[in-house]
Amino acid sequence: MKNDLTPKERLAIERTDMPELPANVRSGNFEEVNLGLTDEQALTEARRCLTCKSRACVAGCPVAVSIPEFIDALARLDLPLAARILRGDNALPAVCGRVCPQETQCEAQCVRGIKGDAVAIGYLERYVADWAMGHPGELIKEPVPAPSGRSVAVVGCGPAGLTAAGELARQGHAVTIFEALHDTGGVLRYGIPEFRLPKEIIDQEVALLTGLGVQIECNVIIGKTLTIPELREQFDAVFIANGAGLPTMLNIPGENLKGVYAANEFLTRVNLMEAGRREDSNTPVIKRREVAVIGGGNTAMDCVRTARRLGAERAMILYRRGEAEMPARVEEIKHAKEEGVEFIMLTAPLEIVGSEDRWVSALRCVRMELGQPDDSGRRRPMPIHGSEFEIPAGVVINAVGTGANPLLTASAPDLKLNKWGNIVADGTGATSIPGVFAGGDIVRGGATVILAMGDGKSAAAAINQYLKR
Amino acid sequence: MFPVLLNEILAENLHKMVVSAPRIARARKPGQFVIVRLDQGEERIPLTIGDSDAESGTITLFIQAVGASTRRIVNTPAGGALRDVAGPLGKPTHIENFGRVVCVGGGVGTAVLFPLVKALAAADNRITTIVGGRSSHYIILADELAPLSEKFLVTTEDGSIGIKGFVTAPLAEILADRHRRPQAVFAVGPVPMMKAVAELTRPYKVETVVSLNPIMIDGTGMCGGCRVQIGGETKFACVDGPEFDAHLVDFDGLSDRLTSYRKEEAARHAETDCKLGREVAP
Repeated sequence: MKNDLTPKERLAIERTDMPELPANVRSGNFEEVNLGLTDEQALTEARRCLTCKSRACVAGCPVAVSIPEFIDALARLDLPLAARILRGDNALPAVCGRVCPQETQCEAQCVRGIKGDAVAIGYLERYVADWAMGHPGELIKEPVPAPSGRSVAVVGCGPAGLTAAGELARQGHAVTIFEALHDTGGVLRYGIPEFRLPKEIIDQEVALLTGLGVQIECNVIIGKTLTIPELREQFDAVFIANGAGLPTMLNIPGENLKGVYAANEFLTRVNLMEAGRREDSNTPVIKRREVAVIGGGNTAMDCVRTARRLGAERAMILYRRGEAEMPARVEEIKHAKEEGVEFIMLTAPLEIVGSEDRWVSALRCVRMELGQPDDSGRRRPMPIHGSEFEIPAGVVINAVGTGANPLLTASAPDLKLNKWGNIVADGTGATSIPGVFAGGDIVRGGATVILAMGDGKSAAAAINQYLKR
Repeated sequence: MFPVLLNEILAENLHKMVVSAPRIARARKPGQFVIVRLDQGEERIPLTIGDSDAESGTITLFIQAVGASTRRIVNTPAGGALRDVAGPLGKPTHIENFGRVVCVGGGVGTAVLFPLVKALAAADNRITTIVGGRSSHYIILADELAPLSEKFLVTTEDGSIGIKGFVTAPLAEILADRHRRPQAVFAVGPVPMMKAVAELTRPYKVETVVSLNPIMIDGTGMCGGCRVQIGGETKFACVDGPEFDAHLVDFDGLSDRLTSYRKEEAARHAETDCKLGREVAP
């Protein structure tokens, strides 16, 4: 099929909406909210792309996916080609099509967004990636790379590690991923809920990488089971992408009451251990009618929407700034609201109040107002004196963020860290130890899946150069 | 998969399992633990590494089958396998030649104590070991601990073996005697026991180390579930511990948080018993 509409015809097409499970249905189960575009929707949406020369969208993508090219192939209904282009640039397209904040990246740069709506690049990426998974027989076979004779250890099986592993395997290097947990995916599996990213998708993306020859060893904790110096001896290069993951405590009274969770624990119980999701899961999770989640990021949204699905009648987000300042994706906020999540803005917790038997009973809060911009450029929230009040809550979840985990770095004294304990790495991921590279949250602090993937991709390029020297 | 090479019953509900885990065996130091997950869908259970042999690539676990998950773990026969074993986790015990040391073990805590006693003995400490339990059935590892100790004492609540009463009685006696007073005390057991030991040694300012067992998931500091208050500061038992200065531990907070899932545990226990009943029915 030809993709030969005139610009005028393309401009006349309106942006398509993502079909979704109805809010009242999905707030009671863990099924994926976004259903994916139909064939017709995808084709129509692809035709909206002007395939402009500037390729501004590509510059907005941390892994530089050849966006106009894959969309053009899709508009020609050459799906095998679209899939090949997409997969060539992005190791985890079915993941990115679901969890990337496209509205602030590729779609924010889209020329069509200047007057009207950007092309729904994320939806199309998901469409092509899902098509590829469903049609393995029709895909263009990737040539098996000739073995380079070099080996690379990748620490962490999350988005940065998986991306780097895929890139390096395509160069013929023998890649082994070491994962601390018992399953693959890192934050994709333990952090992001099923209703946003089905575990099946992770399994399939990981299977593609193992198909390229990537070895994955779970239950290996670098820093404990093996150390960085040991990896340095056994492999020609090392890429560290072990994530952030050390919860930042609220440091308010009552934090050790029963029913208080750090977001990582709550999400790990439900996502990785399947607590509350499967009847036969042996890991429990505390369910209460009123659940208060503190924080305004995507993790907070994941927690509150999970709590809602576990049966909370009142699932609340408490955030000390306003909704406009929330770092969460617009889509997450919209979905949470549709599902009945309550947003209590400009509110900061002062104390977690407990019952006599030391279970959480309420959250004592103070109202905030926004003052002058702070270092982050956002208006600083200031408490309004005398505005203290209590919100009844049976579970409180702290989703304010994570810091650098010292478990790995403690075993590698030569690895230079910054004052927060994050690994110091240059633009290519190179660290203070030759042959050792790092990326993702252990370098950036808490960031996004796609930025971690961007790090994995650039580090893989740098490692490839390093191995050729 | 981690093959189970040996599964021996030491006492009622207490098993000694030898598991093949070469990397862990090589890296492990006394005081460290592993996280075991029997199979898909199972819990992650932290278990102290009782012993290890780098040469044969094995670790020894002493497992008390107290909950539904640990019961299923000990039901794995030699020749079977554990799906996931991750470690060694936690900080190793600080071992030095303290001089005189008293090691106190209560119930299955004795299994956690064993590697400490072994390491302390290797560092030429003069060790008095006190092991306590409800009755003679709950006294474990006596044959292993006695040869490592200069003195080996047993207490039981019902007096069925050794001194009738709690481990704290002989400890109090030793502490009160200036000539026998130790330079360090290591205590592992139920929270009330460790708390009692801490209170006994506090007035004498004897360095006292306890090994804590809070609720834990990943064991790598990620989830924060195992947080304990140490001297008013929040610490994660999995990465900062599991051993802490007993005089700084908030034992009440620890024992309270340990009851977080009591209701759910009870429900699952009932379910397991029921299933077991069905299995043995003709």
